[in-house]
Amino acid sequence: MAMKCGTNKIWQKIVEGCIKLSGSISSLIVVLIIVFLFKEGLGLFSNSTVESGYVVAVQENNPVSHLNAEQLRLIFDGEITRWEDVKQKSGKTFSGEIVVAHDIDQAMEQEDKTQLIAFVPKEYLNEIGNMRAVDCGNINLSDFFAGKMWMPTAQPAPQFGVLPIILGTLWVSLAAIIIALPFALSAAVYLSEIANKRLYKFLKPAIELLSGIPSVVYGFFGLVVIVPIIQKTFGLDVGETALSGAIILAIMALPTIITIAEDAMRATPDSLREASLALGANRWQTIYKVVIPHAKSGITAGVVLGIGRAIGETMAVLMVCGNAAVMPHTLLEPIRTIPASIAAELGEAPNGGAHYQALFMLACILFIITLLINLIVDYIQHKGTIKQKSK
Amino acid sequence: MKKTKQTIAFWIIRLMSLSILGVLVWILAFILVRGIGAVSWEFLTSMPDDGMTGGGILPAIVGTICLSVGSMIFAFPIGVLSGIYLNEYAGNGKIIRFIRMMTNNLSAIPSIVFGLFGMALFVNGLGFGDSILAGSLTLGILVLPVVIRTTEEALKQVDDSYRHGSLALGASKLQTIFKVVLPMAMPNVLTGLILSLGRVSGETAPILFTVAAYFLPKLPTSIFDQVMALPYHLYVLSTSGTDIEASRSMAFGTAFVLVMIVLILNLIANALRRYFSKKTKMN
Repeated sequence: MAMKCGTNKIWQKIVEGCIKLSGSISSLIVVLIIVFLFKEGLGLFSNSTVESGYVVAVQENNPVSHLNAEQLRLIFDGEITRWEDVKQKSGKTFSGEIVVAHDIDQAMEQEDKTQLIAFVPKEYLNEIGNMRAVDCGNINLSDFFAGKMWMPTAQPAPQFGVLPIILGTLWVSLAAIIIALPFALSAAVYLSEIANKRLYKFLKPAIELLSGIPSVVYGFFGLVVIVPIIQKTFGLDVGETALSGAIILAIMALPTIITIAEDAMRATPDSLREASLALGANRWQTIYKVVIPHAKSGITAGVVLGIGRAIGETMAVLMVCGNAAVMPHTLLEPIRTIPASIAAELGEAPNGGAHYQALFMLACILFIITLLINLIVDYIQHKGTIKQKSK
Repeated sequence: MKKTKQTIAFWIIRLMSLSILGVLVWILAFILVRGIGAVSWEFLTSMPDDGMTGGGILPAIVGTICLSVGSMIFAFPIGVLSGIYLNEYAGNGKIIRFIRMMTNNLSAIPSIVFGLFGMALFVNGLGFGDSILAGSLTLGILVLPVVIRTTEEALKQVDDSYRHGSLALGASKLQTIFKVVLPMAMPNVLTGLILSLGRVSGETAPILFTVAAYFLPKLPTSIFDQVMALPYHLYVLSTSGTDIEASRSMAFGTAFVLVMIVLILNLIANALRRYFSKKTKMN
């Protein structure tokens, strides 16, 4: 008997240990995610601007010693054609027309190497004769965050400017929320203040179902239905635009905003409603003068969370936005978002290379954005409850 | 005047709310009506063929089932234990606030980030490769916060008097939890489980780089195999197939199956919820 009691106790201790361990699992996972994302992502900044194993070489007496990613792109794309236009920190410049060699064969073919700039494998540098490598430095933060070009496979210098992608993400998400907001607010007011029980029981599960539909189905729907409509209405060449994405994202963000806004409105004490009605206000006046102001912080929290959902959404956006990494100007152009870039490119990025790391860095940005949004929501809701308590 | 204003406002609100319902009906009707024509017994039980313009979606269905079940095997026990800890053991201290915040954060992380994490940790770090195991673990992490939260909510609804009664009869805390509290909360926990199954079976982004195969006309034999999955298959069919127009009807069929899975799981969850809430009321 005593034996049994003893093993029972040990058994109980083990199970309780498991329970306590499981309690911390979510925190552990978040920490692991942070570690892995940033470990891979920050590796990007120790990569050299030029593809590894290669150098950009110029002639010995050429005074050009530093070239950044943007200059390299301009030179090798033929947009800068004269050495005079290549600015140097030291102030020394070179003159003459630039001769570009994209690979070792082109470099060898050149008889006169004075004006040459060549992109060659490191080990062949000495064989060309009279050439030295230009210091191109590492990929730096300003290249990444302020660069306006996203061309991760460009040669000799891949361009990792995330500005168009970040702006595209914000652009399409904000547009989505602006479209969704009037509908979401109406639905929240309707559900919490106007609808009778029967309609409520009908509408509420419908909205839950809306959040249950997989995002890839929304993407498919957008691709087959919304995209052609947009294309026809605005007479565009392609219908895959920011607007199509925003419409789909608006539908997807609705359940989040509605649920939180409705809860906030429902939390308005009946005494306030009754006081307003007793003073002679009708139901509509009560709603927009009493209920909505009272639920303001909850509504804001819902909107912020909705933006968060829209920013993080991957598949639907990937399928309907057209995925062009250019600076967005209007809603009727294709754009690309952070999650869509990761989903579209990670499969082709060589494991551990600069492109791979740049995509992890994008994921870090995404992670930080969602973290900020969560903190903002916490803050808003916290402030809301304190205000209510002090009343 | 006041009255007219109210009438107009209420009608606008009513119309806008109903338009949301309209959108839902539009999406569902569009996919169900166009999809039903493509679905047949043969479509559900044969391999894809002819560069994905013919044949069926059997491997994708099997893959999705493997992944959903796999992720639940991982997420359900840990999530339930974690929920028990949060509701029964943890007090109101700083640690518990921190854990709650972390769980909240975890549920807000975009699904593509889980995909990257799963790829870095499970596929490359632990060397599982693109496999059912890696995909299931990634999806499991994704739904973990959902399971934790539903368990916590379910446990909260169990009245304290039952706990006190059990403890007063001499049961230990653990016995109380497993013999009294958990059985009473189980219906709600199960409802949560079914809803998270629906969520998992529709997720695409986390499996892109951890398990999903573009075209693999055979069934998996071990947990280290790659599989096709319904949501990824739908994505492939509608954007990058060899002949998009020809595979459109396949895409509609796949979307139909996917939507049906979600619909049925939702209906079951709702029915369960209603059934159990009636039963507890009668007690």
